[in-house]
Amino acid sequence: MAGYILRRLLQAIPVLLGTTFLIYFMVFAMPGDPLLALFGDKTPNPALLERLRQEYHLDQPFIVQYFLYLGGIFRGDFGTSFSGEAVSDILARTFPVTIRLAILALIIEFVGGVLIGLYSGLRKGKLFDGTALIVSLVFISLPIFVIAFVGQYVFGIQLGWARTTVSTGAPIQDLILPAFVLASISLAQLIRLTRASVIETAGLDFVRTAYGKGLSRRRIIPVHILRNSLIPVVTYAATDFGVLLVGATVTEGIFNVPGVGRTLYQAIIRGEGPTVVSFVTVMVLIYLVVNLVVDLLYGLLDPRIRYVK
Amino acid sequence: MKKRRYGIGAIALIAASALALSGCAAGGSDDSASGDTSAVITANGSEPQNPLIPTNTNETGGGKILDSIFAGLEYYDATGAPQLDMAESIDTDDSQTFTIKVKADQTFSNGDPVDADSFINAWQYGALLSNEQLNSYFFEDIEGFSYDADSPLTGLTKVDDLTFTVKLKEARSDFPLRLGYSAFYPLPKSAFDDMEAFGQNPVGNGPYKLASDTAWAHNEKIDLVPNEAYKGGRQAKNGGLTIVFYASEDAAYADLLGGNLDVLDAVPSSAFGNYESDLGDRAVNQPAAIFQSFTIPERLAHFGNDEEGKLRRQAISMAINRDEITDVIFSGTRTPASDFTSPVIDGWSDSLEGADVLKFNADEAKKLWAQADAISPWSGTFQIAYNADGGHADWVDAVSNNIKNTLGIDASGAPYPTFAEARTAITDRSIQTAFRTGWQADYPGLFNFLGPLYATNASSNDGDYSNPEFDKLLQEGSSTADADEANTDFQKAQEILLKDLPAIPLWYSNVVGGYGENVQNVEFGWNSVPLFYEITKN
Repeated sequence: MAGYILRRLLQAIPVLLGTTFLIYFMVFAMPGDPLLALFGDKTPNPALLERLRQEYHLDQPFIVQYFLYLGGIFRGDFGTSFSGEAVSDILARTFPVTIRLAILALIIEFVGGVLIGLYSGLRKGKLFDGTALIVSLVFISLPIFVIAFVGQYVFGIQLGWARTTVSTGAPIQDLILPAFVLASISLAQLIRLTRASVIETAGLDFVRTAYGKGLSRRRIIPVHILRNSLIPVVTYAATDFGVLLVGATVTEGIFNVPGVGRTLYQAIIRGEGPTVVSFVTVMVLIYLVVNLVVDLLYGLLDPRIRYVK
Repeated sequence: MKKRRYGIGAIALIAASALALSGCAAGGSDDSASGDTSAVITANGSEPQNPLIPTNTNETGGGKILDSIFAGLEYYDATGAPQLDMAESIDTDDSQTFTIKVKADQTFSNGDPVDADSFINAWQYGALLSNEQLNSYFFEDIEGFSYDADSPLTGLTKVDDLTFTVKLKEARSDFPLRLGYSAFYPLPKSAFDDMEAFGQNPVGNGPYKLASDTAWAHNEKIDLVPNEAYKGGRQAKNGGLTIVFYASEDAAYADLLGGNLDVLDAVPSSAFGNYESDLGDRAVNQPAAIFQSFTIPERLAHFGNDEEGKLRRQAISMAINRDEITDVIFSGTRTPASDFTSPVIDGWSDSLEGADVLKFNADEAKKLWAQADAISPWSGTFQIAYNADGGHADWVDAVSNNIKNTLGIDASGAPYPTFAEARTAITDRSIQTAFRTGWQADYPGLFNFLGPLYATNASSNDGDYSNPEFDKLLQEGSSTADADEANTDFQKAQEILLKDLPAIPLWYSNVVGGYGENVQNVEFGWNSVPLFYEITKN
């Protein structure tokens, strides 16, 4: 087990180097001069532009810029944004917000999805099941910004139950509405996934045997049916958690959440290479860790899956 | 300068309003205070793109903050007229040498004196090439300034503690008018010890100061409180100002409706259709100092500075139905242009000779285009380049269709994915089409709309326009000491532009905003920014 984890972690090194290189290359290849955009519709004088280029190493060939950046990372220096803030500070400021939002959304979608899906699956074809299927289909087919705007309008402006946008410091109570919006589509997916999985498991021989042995429903449903139905559900939820952690540009924009997605979007628009690459690097890292955790979770849920060596 | 990036709200808002046909109670905010001067105003803003150093801030996000925490020699009142702020007097005989007296006993919020040195040192710092200040070009007219090498401003001379003189390279009648712009703000002594730290936590002399060392919460907001040391004409009538940074105008607008925001100076385009019914008499829509146009560079075939080129430019200008486009596409949030400046500027006129060329006239347009065809037949497509990330597609398409339908030629928009890409093609002159241009004034003067854009070899003369007669009139206007006389010269210079049409004027952007139910005395300044210090709340 320990060997397996170590091997997976070592694999992460070339993946990280490769992705930073690719992202850096893509940011570099983005057409247009980010410094010119700093001046709006005004044209700066060439001497000033030249000096700014030198300061941000934009006058160097791509490969030199990349190694300068990489060298900085090893010294703990992620570079600075145009507004003079250290990128490491921006990372430290935005990731906690997004992590809070992601955990909240994950709890909502996992608890809601599994409970509703389980109930639906056990009562296949009944009114509750039909309603859950239709409602989840509606949510799956809606673009997230529609859900976000409607949620903001109804709960924020009309009913006044939640703040229309997230206030400073992104306290949990302000994040609940965005988290529901963010969770809504995955919640719908999880309901359907759990339902299908439960129906399948409930029809298997060992469940019949359990009933035959005279075990109570109270024991069969959680231990025999639910646990064995959870593998696809956990895979989906965990992957989704990875997606949530790297930020939700649209939702964060609409609710003005000072998290990763919004910041990265602005950095891309402004052409701030160091910010973009640093964010993406951390995101890749998160993805790798989440994937590893998912693989380890399998072993817990299904003893047949074991990692040796 | 102003960059609109968002525009996905429309569909959602339609969906939302359909869902909520009944009821219009705004969400309650929790302020309990009434009519007191300690209430804090919250206003819309955006994260400053640069450190908060006056000479290094050239966009509205940071500008809004700097104007609140600094005070220059003058400030601009709501009409854009300059009022003395830190200055006791600004005198000149020849519009070339100015004697500036600073009021006695003025201090920064940390106690440093506001004196001649605080201005001279700040300007020297801002002008020096190696300091890489984005606004350094504001000092180009002062003697000693150089774009190519580090060179001190020899034109600045200290007379005594409170008096200094400024000598310009040549006469500039509107130089005193410029002095209210943020590039000319003073800096305290402490700033020069560590400019980087100062940029994150600036100490100013304006009506407000930062609430604490950590008042600037990046990407979230900045908290300002009244500055007791300020004795000028912009005394804060409220208990403070919190500028909240929004990533999208839609989020800010939702907060205004939800009662979390007091003042909004940018209604999103998705709400243009309904903001007036949402806000009632709390909606604001008035012209601003923003001029929109598209430039046809002279290097394009058929558009040179000759008979044919002029005819074609006039034909294209007359083919555009500005009234209809501003009404239909912008819901009246733009005002059709009648010159090259802005109605909020002193000296603006809607009856310049030749301004007819900006009126829709299909028959005349066809006639002029035919005359040009007789000189040299037209072939190809007329294209207008724009940045696709700025919400320009709608009007560019509408203008193209106007041209297509009126003149019977192919016309279309030419989108560039990003603003940076479009500006790069424009700056390195690789662009081979007409292109969108806009100008937001830095200070309320006619010259600011003309000199930098159309004078020969001027910095933002992206179309490489050159007309010695125009240059001469600008020069004359600049060298006279009388403001009215200067404006007459600038108007005459504009009449030349109306014949040559180096850029086709389209419309003036309005400031479209609104405010909450709890605030009063909301007035928008000439530069589209609300006069925060006047706002009261109950």
